[in-house]
Amino acid sequence: MSTASTNTRAYGAVTLGTLMPWIIGAIVLILLPMLLGSRGQLTIMSQMATIVVFALAYNMLLGQGGMLSFGHAVYTGMGAFLCLHVMNASYFGSIPLPVLPLIGGLFGLGIAMIIGSFSTRSAGTVFAMISLGIGELMAACVLIIVVFFGGEEGISGYRDEGLPFFGLEFISQVEVFYLIAFWLFVSAALMYLFSRTPVGRMANAVRDNPERAQFLGYSARWVRFVSFSASGFFCGIAGGLSAILFEIATETDLNVTASGTILLVVFLGGVGFFWGPIIGAVVFILLQTVLGLQTHLWELYVGVIFVGMVMFFPGGLAGIIMAHGVAMSLGKLNLLIRPYLTCVLPAIVGVLGLCGLIEMIFHMREAPTGETEMTLFWTAIDTHHIWAWLIFGAIAVGGFFVARQQSPVLKAAWEQANTIDTPAGGTS
Amino acid sequence: MTPALELDDLRKSFGSAEIIRGLNLKVEKGERHAIIGPNGAGKSTMFNLITGRFPQTSGHVRLHGTDLAGLQPFQINRLGLSRSFQITNIFPKMTVFENVRCSLLWSMGFKYSFWNMVSRNRALNEGAEEILEQINLTARRDLPAGVLSYAEQRALEIGITIAGGADVIMLDEPTAGMSNTETDYIVDLIQKVTENKTLIVVEHDMGVVFGLADRISVLVYGEIIATGTPEAVRADQKVQEAYLGAALEDH
Repeated sequence: MSTASTNTRAYGAVTLGTLMPWIIGAIVLILLPMLLGSRGQLTIMSQMATIVVFALAYNMLLGQGGMLSFGHAVYTGMGAFLCLHVMNASYFGSIPLPVLPLIGGLFGLGIAMIIGSFSTRSAGTVFAMISLGIGELMAACVLIIVVFFGGEEGISGYRDEGLPFFGLEFISQVEVFYLIAFWLFVSAALMYLFSRTPVGRMANAVRDNPERAQFLGYSARWVRFVSFSASGFFCGIAGGLSAILFEIATETDLNVTASGTILLVVFLGGVGFFWGPIIGAVVFILLQTVLGLQTHLWELYVGVIFVGMVMFFPGGLAGIIMAHGVAMSLGKLNLLIRPYLTCVLPAIVGVLGLCGLIEMIFHMREAPTGETEMTLFWTAIDTHHIWAWLIFGAIAVGGFFVARQQSPVLKAAWEQANTIDTPAGGTS
Repeated sequence: MTPALELDDLRKSFGSAEIIRGLNLKVEKGERHAIIGPNGAGKSTMFNLITGRFPQTSGHVRLHGTDLAGLQPFQINRLGLSRSFQITNIFPKMTVFENVRCSLLWSMGFKYSFWNMVSRNRALNEGAEEILEQINLTARRDLPAGVLSYAEQRALEIGITIAGGADVIMLDEPTAGMSNTETDYIVDLIQKVTENKTLIVVEHDMGVVFGLADRISVLVYGEIIATGTPEAVRADQKVQEAYLGAALEDH
């Protein structure tokens, strides 16, 4: 795996290989509205893009800097509120809408610098508790400082009253999507570049070992403060995007629940990789919107997935994907296809069976008396009939049984796929 | 000439227990000075006081004549003092190369820059490669530091310590827990990388001490009972009584 090191290494050369993910990303963002162009789809994708910016900004703290924040929605929320005030101001007619997220970002930066000046004194539990306290405090302020937060109704505005931007007034959903996609691309690129700067590298060092970093001439506190402020800036941008998309900001945008959601999103995607939160945000919004349409219990399933993820795959979805890297570089990925079909597939069937049982229990409790029919997996089912319970029970038990039977096969295949066939020295 | 490092009646108490009881020591520029002494004599505490890991109760530490009282570890480091730790202290999740590169950043003037790309600076990357070469870890360049063998991690720690170009290097038991071969390797390495620098080393292995040091200080119960050349210390009656007797018979 190691490459021979030569003295003529070209440092920092921008190659097609390093640019490729960004080019593909840009093309995907440009093409998406052409493939999925309905109003609902555009709204969901815009929402995803906003959450991706927020999740990446949050991971600057959690993944890169090792700071666990429970109150990070404060910075997006504040960005969103400020942007709505700008939208409602008389001078909004002289500001083009695409500039608005930058204003949100600068406000987020300012707030983060004030709060970071004392909260980044230490990482760990102290930092987490301060962030939680700030989150609760700001949520309480929403109801107290009505002038800025608008109380329970929040603040709403109209995005199309800004200065037309090359003739665009951002009335149609496509224009809004492209505006948000543009900021997503710029923010993601800037956040990636930040992680490659001296202070970005030292953020990793301080995360790993703050004391050692101090003995290299860096104040751990200053490094944390810079990361924290930068994160606040990008959170503010996400807030501005949310203000543009929804044209409203309320307490739910900055309370502790919103902060908890972003932690969940980032962990689901994986904190260990820069692009982990992107996957997390996309999957989470899909679960929320698609699964949310199918069942009232979607939050239960998301919660179970989250707990399972933290317990069994702490690297998140990105970690699962990257775990296949060794097998792929050995060219043995094909060894895993069969065991995945015989083990993981039955496990999924078992999970679906279990979900069916849960849905039926929920239906029996919640449906009006007399209504015994429900639709489950596109089939009409009578929940008061014993057969429905037996069938779903059998699917669940059967699925898990087969998966359990096959798990040693999967384990063996995994080990085989991750070992080098001919032992060629240098394994210490 | 001002000594590289000077301790002036340095004292440290934890509660009512006085652990460091009035240290006076001058280490000249370019000198290799070893601190020896039985377990619990206060060697590591002395290191921690000098490097600002915790504050002294009274007395002074001067680095090239500058009083270090009240300075944070990172400020002391910027004045040209660097240290290693008794328990390996590296960045385990970062690659070996990143470990070394990070330790070069401050001395190369990058500070808290968020407008430079670390990968694009030729001097920085070549400097890091050079140090990897010196500590013989070029082959491990792209591995996470946490997966290296113990001896390799110790070598990396020495590399991190010297990378910043500090002229006073303090090593806390660099050969602790190593086999004889590994010890010889690390001693050679220390000699190579600390050339023309002031070295202060805490060590238990008498072979290492007598091979490496120009002068030796013997620390017993928070006091320096003797300072001098290896021969003088070896011959010192007080030292022999207090500590060295048994150890010297082995060598």
